[in-house]
Amino acid sequence: MKNNLGYLLKEGIRGIFLHGFMSFAAVCVTVACLLIVGSFSVLVYNVNIMVEDLNKTNEILVYIDSELPDAEAKSVGTQINQVVNVHKAEFVSREDALADFVEDHQGDEAFSGVEASDLRHRYKVTLTDNALMDQTVAELETIPGVAKINAAFELAEGFSTLQNVLHIASIAVITVLLVVSLLIISNTVKLAMYDRKDEIAIMKMVGATNAFIRLPFVVEGFILGMVGAALAFGVEWLMYNALIGRLAVVDTLKLFSFVPFTDLLTPMIVTFAAAGLFVGVVGSWTSIRKFMNV
Amino acid sequence: MIAFTDVTKSYSVGTHALRGVSMQIEDGEFVFLVGPSGSGKSTIIKLITGELKPTTGTVHVNGYSLERIRKREIPYLRRTVGVVFQDFRLIESKTVYDNVAFVMRAVGAKEEQIRERVPYVLELVGLETKSRRHPNELSGGEQQRLAIARALVNNPSTIIADEPTGNLDPARSLEIMSLLQEINKLGTTLLVVTHQMDLVQQFGNRVIAINEGLVVSDGMEGQETNEE
Repeated sequence: MKNNLGYLLKEGIRGIFLHGFMSFAAVCVTVACLLIVGSFSVLVYNVNIMVEDLNKTNEILVYIDSELPDAEAKSVGTQINQVVNVHKAEFVSREDALADFVEDHQGDEAFSGVEASDLRHRYKVTLTDNALMDQTVAELETIPGVAKINAAFELAEGFSTLQNVLHIASIAVITVLLVVSLLIISNTVKLAMYDRKDEIAIMKMVGATNAFIRLPFVVEGFILGMVGAALAFGVEWLMYNALIGRLAVVDTLKLFSFVPFTDLLTPMIVTFAAAGLFVGVVGSWTSIRKFMNV
Repeated sequence: MIAFTDVTKSYSVGTHALRGVSMQIEDGEFVFLVGPSGSGKSTIIKLITGELKPTTGTVHVNGYSLERIRKREIPYLRRTVGVVFQDFRLIESKTVYDNVAFVMRAVGAKEEQIRERVPYVLELVGLETKSRRHPNELSGGEQQRLAIARALVNNPSTIIADEPTGNLDPARSLEIMSLLQEINKLGTTLLVVTHQMDLVQQFGNRVIAINEGLVVSDGMEGQETNEE
């Protein structure tokens, strides 16, 4: 077969143009399927990042023993920062805390007599992983000088559950979309093969090996898959940027923060190329099998 | 050489296509296989080309035992057997030259061999001036000549022609049969399946008659041995 490698590659390319409509249909189906899977994956990725960011705003308040002098209260922060899961620990003096308190309760006479000495120094602590809040709070409680800790366990658990559900749901949906895409593409390739079943039968009849018959179809599948992937990638990029641009105008409250597409380039290129390659090569390799039993 | 020994072939639907066929075709012979529709002729061709395996009995074709041939050996068996069909089965998208050349490419021939052999074979069948045309630009007789060229190009030891003149007028039929006879004279074994008895009678070769899955006579035209 090595004598004919050039011929087989040429035949694969020729087949694309010879069966132009089927090639066009296969590319369109590949683009549509990859766009659906790609868009959903990108959406899930962004939602996940937004949930993570939101989760990071869930702060723990670590109150320092009121009898500790100011300098020692500030030094507790070093120990807090040494706890593994602590992302950031920000010192809030009792004076700052009072200012916040007054701002939060403006016009409320019940709190008008509150003074800074009634409050304690504290740290606003954010965690790297809120799912480990239980263990981290337990560790923080062992630090000398820590009087009390306020942590919203339910909220952390809620975020953790939301992320888990999102993770499982996205895997399930992406899997279903991929399977459906593969079935649609496989059927399109089968239609293209059906168009050429006589040619395949003749090849078999004159003693062509299966590899000789398959190779041009696989070359064709590879090229169509890659063209489909490249087009889908380009359209995805344009759509994504258009969506972000539109959201920037509409979302005045900055509720949504989307990752720029350029940050996703490498994983997107790899994913689209792999999907195009898989769909093109595996799709044509397996679809042709049906027509080889002559 | 083609040898059938007590071959039966039954299909899953319960049809018994062959019911104990024994026959031997020596290298270089020209044999007609005749019989009415449904007599088992097509099954014999499919057994020879490895499309089917016998239910019982043995089939030997050019050194291959068909009852135990492996799937990956079938392409190599088929390279020893050229097949010509009634409906030509040409690839419409390829030129006359490429219809013949791709058969050589399929067996791994080098381009220089192809450039040498294809024009020779096209000349042999009288299509040397039409190598750039496509099959739909040829007459029925020319299309069959092209099919013969394709069957011939890899120099198979056997050519099977399945109703090669079924779609042709009497004059073209005679031309094709004469061409096949010329090819046989070059040493290729010829098995021609036909139901056109007038043609068979004109050539006076060995005739194997089959009916209802059995060989009913085998011998030279006009002196067949009745086997029933």
